[in-house]
Amino acid sequence: MTPRTPADTGPAAASGQLSRLRSPHLLSAADLTPEEVLLILDTAGAMREVGTRPIKKVPALRGKTVVNLFFEPSTRTRTSFEIAEKRLSADALNIAASGSSVVKGETLADTARNLEAMAPDIIVIRHQASGACHLLADICSSRIVNAGDGMHEHPTQALLDLLTIRDHKPDFARLKVAIIGDLLHSRVMRSNVRLLTMLGADVWVCGPPTMMPAGIELQGVTATSSIDAAVEGADVVMMLRIQLERMSGHFFPSLREYHELFGLSAARLARARPDVIVMHPGPLNRGVEIASEVADGPYSVILEQVSNGVALRMAVLYLIAGVSEGVD
Amino acid sequence: MPVVMDPGRISRALMRIAHEIVERNREVDELALVGIRTRGVPLARRLAANLQEIAEREIPLGALDITLYRDDLMRHTVGPQPLLRHTEIPFSIDDRRILLVDDVLYTGRTVRAALDALVDFGRPRAIQLIVLVDRGHRELPIRADYVGKNLPTALPESVQVRLVETDGADEVLIQQPAAEEPA
Repeated sequence: MTPRTPADTGPAAASGQLSRLRSPHLLSAADLTPEEVLLILDTAGAMREVGTRPIKKVPALRGKTVVNLFFEPSTRTRTSFEIAEKRLSADALNIAASGSSVVKGETLADTARNLEAMAPDIIVIRHQASGACHLLADICSSRIVNAGDGMHEHPTQALLDLLTIRDHKPDFARLKVAIIGDLLHSRVMRSNVRLLTMLGADVWVCGPPTMMPAGIELQGVTATSSIDAAVEGADVVMMLRIQLERMSGHFFPSLREYHELFGLSAARLARARPDVIVMHPGPLNRGVEIASEVADGPYSVILEQVSNGVALRMAVLYLIAGVSEGVD
Repeated sequence: MPVVMDPGRISRALMRIAHEIVERNREVDELALVGIRTRGVPLARRLAANLQEIAEREIPLGALDITLYRDDLMRHTVGPQPLLRHTEIPFSIDDRRILLVDDVLYTGRTVRAALDALVDFGRPRAIQLIVLVDRGHRELPIRADYVGKNLPTALPESVQVRLVETDGADEVLIQQPAAEEPA
């Protein structure tokens, strides 16, 4: 705004600290550099203050149109994006698959071209097909934010998980993080593994052998089917939801047996560090992957994850909007 | 680079402004200082110390980041996107007289954004503007109530305020555009 000297942008700019993202899209956590991840987390930290004001709204995205295009059911993520958009004064528009022309047989590409004709500035998309957001980014000139694509990635969830972890344990490189549950179907796991290993955390993944993605060790994690080994000495225990809706076959004999072998109980959690935090991306299957006493217990930060989601998504939308067209 | 204010001048200007504040505002208890990030914040802190000395009152102190109120988020094609920093106003601004502090008053757009940001926190009784340097070239109908130094400048010149807290030294510099200035 005020075209002053470069020095006026502050000591952060002078010291070479990153102040913008390189890409106008957030499609995959794998596309981010560690500096970009920290920029997003720092920006989210500052965004939290907006939520504490009497008037929880700032004009940063005034006059910008954001379309939330959700082909899968979602309460938390969609609401979280919508609140974030409204707090930034963007015009938010929700399109759910059930109420749209998708049920009439329109393809994703056609839906995207039609949306494109209405020139939204940002499209937030959730789709059951991995890579749907990439297709959209290729077709549309809008900026695209991935809100979950199939079994591929869910970058904003992983980023809000990192924000929550950092509130409690600021040095990622010293952490043992155990990610436990339905690894095969989990885009939350994939995004988290990418970011946590990038920041130097010791990441363990644990689940039934039938739900262990092939070659997961190549991502720099330790894979195990023993929940006790995964939880032992962990700083962070991240539980994943059993995604019954994505399962095409039988991965384990019964939910009860799953809980016995892979559910997080208070007794199991005692193996972790005394200051462990327990996370879950929601929605919870109580008594399946996590016992109620743990989900509601003193180590649980599950609701903090939800509050952090709004600030994190504000940060992502704001930073995405600030990327200049045609400038790398 | 010509130095237009040295540490002595900066500190005398801030003391004079503190005296003017007390002179113009009878109810010192109604006052609160809000510095605009980055350099308005240390300036506000110094003014608070001066006011404490003169009026023997502790004036509440806040910091305002105006990044989210800028009018150019998707407009500039080059140059850094400003880093978002924390806004901290740990008191109610309702019915207070807010002393808004910035280092340089130039186009007036930063102050416009700061006014929008402030009224989102409540309804102050009044807002007064304090700047260390007024360099002219306003693009909006905004003026300062307290000015450390009026500094006539040419548009291509740039004014740099450096403070001990942020830059390691107290000085105000005026920088000529490199290409057009014969040596």
